[in-house]
Amino acid sequence: MPRISVTVNGTRHEADVEPRLLLVYFLREVLGLTGTNVGCDTSTCGACTVLLDGKSVKSCTMLAVQADGREVTTIEGLARDGELHPLQRAFHEHHALQCGYCTPGMILAADSLIREHPEGLTPEAVRMGLEGNLCRCTGYQNIVKAVLAAAEEMRAAAPRA
Amino acid sequence: MIPAAFEYERAESVEHAIELLGRHGEDAKLLAGGHSLLPLMKLRLARPSVLVDIDRLADLEYVRDAGDRIEIGALTRMADLATNPLLREHNPLVADAAGKVGDPQVRHRATIGGALAHADPAGDPPTVALTLDAELVVRGPDGERTIPAAEFFRGPFETALGPQEVLTAVRVPKFAPATGWTYLKFHRRAIDWAIVGVAAVVERGDGAIRRARVGLTNMALTPVRAQAVEDALAGVEASPEALARAAEHAPEGTNPPSDTNASAEYRREVSKVLVRRALEEALARST
Amino acid sequence: MAQVMERYVGAEVRRKEDPEFLTGQARYVDDMTLPGMVWLGVVRSPFAHARIRSVDVSRALAMPGVLAAFSGQDLAGEWAGPLPMAWPVTEDIKNPPMWPVAKDKVRYQGEPVAVVVAQSRSLAKDAVEAVSVDYEQLPAVTDVEAALREGAPLVHEEFGTNASYTWTLTNGDVDKVFAEAPVVVKGRYYLPRLIPNAIEPRGALAQANPATGDITLWSSTQIPHITKVTMAGFVLGIPEHKLRVIAPRVGGGFGSKIRVSNEEALCCALSRKLGRPVKWVEERSENYLATHHGRDVLQEIELAADEEGRIRGYRVRLLANMGAYLLLVTPGVPLLGAFLYCGPYGGEAYHFECTGVFTNTTPTDAYRGAGRPEATYAIERAVDALARRVGKDPAEVRRLNFLPPFTEPTKSPGGLEFDAGDYGAALDKALELVGYEQLRKEQQERRQRGDPKQLGIGLSTYIEMCGLAPSRILGSLRYGAGGWDAASVRVLPTGKVEVAIGTTPHGQGHETTFAQIVADDLGVPVEDVDIIFGDTDLVPRGMDTYGSRSLSVGGVAVHRACQKVVEKARRIAAHELEVAEEDLEYEGGRFFVRGAPDRARTVAQLALSAWTAHNLPEGMEPGLDALAIYDPGNFVFPYGAHVCVAEVDTETGDTRVVQYVAVDDVGRIINPLIVDGQVAGGVVQGIAEALYEEAVYDENGQLLTANMTSYGIPAAPEVPAITIGRLSIPSSTNELGVKGVGETGTIAAPAAVINAVVDALSHLGVTDVERPATPERVWRAIQEAKTKGGGGR
Repeated sequence: MPRISVTVNGTRHEADVEPRLLLVYFLREVLGLTGTNVGCDTSTCGACTVLLDGKSVKSCTMLAVQADGREVTTIEGLARDGELHPLQRAFHEHHALQCGYCTPGMILAADSLIREHPEGLTPEAVRMGLEGNLCRCTGYQNIVKAVLAAAEEMRAAAPRA
Repeated sequence: MIPAAFEYERAESVEHAIELLGRHGEDAKLLAGGHSLLPLMKLRLARPSVLVDIDRLADLEYVRDAGDRIEIGALTRMADLATNPLLREHNPLVADAAGKVGDPQVRHRATIGGALAHADPAGDPPTVALTLDAELVVRGPDGERTIPAAEFFRGPFETALGPQEVLTAVRVPKFAPATGWTYLKFHRRAIDWAIVGVAAVVERGDGAIRRARVGLTNMALTPVRAQAVEDALAGVEASPEALARAAEHAPEGTNPPSDTNASAEYRREVSKVLVRRALEEALARST
Repeated sequence: MAQVMERYVGAEVRRKEDPEFLTGQARYVDDMTLPGMVWLGVVRSPFAHARIRSVDVSRALAMPGVLAAFSGQDLAGEWAGPLPMAWPVTEDIKNPPMWPVAKDKVRYQGEPVAVVVAQSRSLAKDAVEAVSVDYEQLPAVTDVEAALREGAPLVHEEFGTNASYTWTLTNGDVDKVFAEAPVVVKGRYYLPRLIPNAIEPRGALAQANPATGDITLWSSTQIPHITKVTMAGFVLGIPEHKLRVIAPRVGGGFGSKIRVSNEEALCCALSRKLGRPVKWVEERSENYLATHHGRDVLQEIELAADEEGRIRGYRVRLLANMGAYLLLVTPGVPLLGAFLYCGPYGGEAYHFECTGVFTNTTPTDAYRGAGRPEATYAIERAVDALARRVGKDPAEVRRLNFLPPFTEPTKSPGGLEFDAGDYGAALDKALELVGYEQLRKEQQERRQRGDPKQLGIGLSTYIEMCGLAPSRILGSLRYGAGGWDAASVRVLPTGKVEVAIGTTPHGQGHETTFAQIVADDLGVPVEDVDIIFGDTDLVPRGMDTYGSRSLSVGGVAVHRACQKVVEKARRIAAHELEVAEEDLEYEGGRFFVRGAPDRARTVAQLALSAWTAHNLPEGMEPGLDALAIYDPGNFVFPYGAHVCVAEVDTETGDTRVVQYVAVDDVGRIINPLIVDGQVAGGVVQGIAEALYEEAVYDENGQLLTANMTSYGIPAAPEVPAITIGRLSIPSSTNELGVKGVGETGTIAAPAAVINAVVDALSHLGVTDVERPATPERVWRAIQEAKTKGGGGR
């Protein structure tokens, strides 16, 4: 079995893995990070979205061996020093979650989206930017609100280039 | 959700990949971004016995100026194509279409080479490559060769690539001045494949259409050129009526599928509307 | 995140449950692992209808890591009986036994034929592939009308027919009303089959204790209590008290987890048999075959009216696709809509008839709205047809027919007594919010200039019944259980409050809403209230969550339990302050002596007194807690007016909802944030149903929309922002004045959307568009109208 070394939420993990092990099951079943959820088997729903070297990816559509030597951020690693990430706070404030199952993936997809658009986001751009994440509870209404609010906050806090 | 077991080899170079493909034979498959192959493997619709992973061959991830062409490394990700300044300047059609593939997460991983080699007749990049008369650069045990896009797509999920060949780059033309373009993707949901897609490139000169190139997605077993439309437009005056007349030829020579999204009949009919709109959009951009 | 406020009820309290979801700490079934745990894999029939000649598990058994493999015959001895069906709607209903694994014949694609148990998820999947089954394929039938035709393949030969039951309801002299009516409008509407698609697939984990015979089942279920009652004795053959069912965090249900499932039964039985914890988690493609579907109903509705458009009678006939078997409440789903085909309108005669039909398809059962979206769709489409027929604006015809405003129970033509409402006010408000007059002008302009993109405005003035349900009425409808719910409130000696509720939330926010009620009733901070749910050991009484019942039944039980606590606390306070009980005032969790407000006791102080029990009134039991069980006297009837504005590309048929207004009266609001969230989510599910979603079978019973790529759940780009307005007329059914909000959007929206599509194209002669209104269907409707030479009325 190939041996891989992956940095997850800042901590390096080494493990021997079956080649067919998907990244999402490496996170969930090898590392016990069960915050990343699985909602489909066709790379559609986005519940399994994590950050790979800072960019959103669907961890169900990547082999764990392909993450060797790379950095992964999951929902468990988003809060810093006990303080929630602006998206986590905004989702709470705007009631952007109900059953919570799509929430980790939605937040990580939104985080990547916001950072890729330092110029700011419109409601339409947020909707398009979340095209790869399905939510069955909220109708997306409050998710869009929360992402816009967090984007504003993150932009205000970002160091000026 | 879980692929059948396979052996895994990581290629350190294109040459290494070619050697590994040779060593493992027919059942070996190349793995790049994985967004065509892994979904099939998860549903066990594909069961390669060996995966040769070329995902991290960084020297195949680039977009560069190659004289009258732009050369794109096969492992360049869709998201990077979508925002690439060289493409935005010289061939925005590639960038635009890349930005319409899948969703943001998919585009962060999916590669142009993977999408072309997968040759899904519903995929967007094959149509764009065909419409642009792109050249596909391929390396194999016997060295490098270049395949014109018109000869590359042989059938659904079938290409001119030999069993030991690796697609390394694709070259697309730089647009001449007064060239308009569009990729119109008609689908129900943003993440869906195109019910019908239309790539259009229109070159204008002296108030007339000098040349038009029109490609169709999901209208046959491979991407196809709407030859009759192109012929009808060559040299004609750029009027809405001329575009509309030409667009009526859109379904000629196509063989669209019927599926749960749409019937073949509907695809034929709607392709006329979409080609007309694509031409209008391209023309509007050509000034 | 402490929020200090005078009253919690009515305030936008942020959800107490959020932090664990936001940080990835929530535990769903698939997040749980037990020592020695093994995996169940289910071998499913690739055919919709076939006889099982033989099952060979030997190759699977020989694989490393495989512990066991069984056919349906092998497991026949495990079951005390088939999976439960709780709603035999007629005395003569045909109810075939559904075993957890088929024994001799399969009747839908995906029906279990064998199982494997292996050391890991992937080994179980490999072993499933290694089981070989020899089938004799039989002709299949998937369509309700085809299934009733002479000579159709019989799903269950023993019945000699594919009809399961016919249920009827009649009020008034329907034939006379229709015979005398100058205007009769008919509509025939097919509601497609839907796949619920809770984003968390179903999952189960069972652990049997061989020493005690106890079994604990963790399941992604909406109904732990009902599962315990029905699974223990009827299926597993163990005493009810030996089964504990736990619903941990559940990632959405929408009805699809109102199920006492094959796989839950298998996990329990196999854990008992193998002495190991057994886990099963559905893959999404498996979910599409194995989890029940919704809708799939062919409806015919007739309205008898006068020339002004005043409705006098209703006649409705349904063919409802049951699928291959009757699940927990499959036959009863149409009955939940049966009384509502008159909408919020008046009239004197009403006839409803429904036939349940077996087909070779995945069984259907409740899906968000269950019966009521069907009813709303039929009546709201028919009222629009009536408006076209009498040449009036659809809003005007509705106003003409609304029952007048009322605050006490009022009889409707369907026979139910509605609780309270002002239907015209909801419509007025919705039309104002959407800018109706302006939209009609824009519509005219687009028509005049022949814009390829036409505008349509669709109304849906719906009413629904929820708050399931008065046990007496359920009994009269032959449902197998009651509709009450329970809550126990315990004030701990430190003044904190634990509340055990019998409903089982999976996204609805009970932990916040119910805590708001308690916090106000007992005068404690909402942070000090903890809600316990979803575990039949910790919460022994309950009827679970479905049918928008949690607040209007469970929430009322919570409130009543709080009242009992307050009454006991009052007695202790009076005793301690040495005054008569009636001399005490109670406000904000504090009892004080009338005229001497400094002489006081808080609930927290009294809880400590009740716990120490040093000085209680003579004969009083220690402890400050109370149980309340509430059985509602009537349903609650949320209603409202939804307006959809759709843009239809007449050249391609592509349709987009560009504006959507929802005005709902869900009674008194406990938490507006949560209410609006439910409305928006429900509306989008309804838009999805109208425009995007449909489960399609081919003629052999193969599911063609077999996964999330071909079944079109919309994402954010496909749906608009929803404008939400509100009326708030308290329900006369319960003292909180609350109605329900979980299903309103899904009930109202499909009719509003399709009415908008038809409205956009009515000048071309289009009067109907099949659902979902895909580009091709809309385009075809336009082509057909053209060939018919349509052009207005």
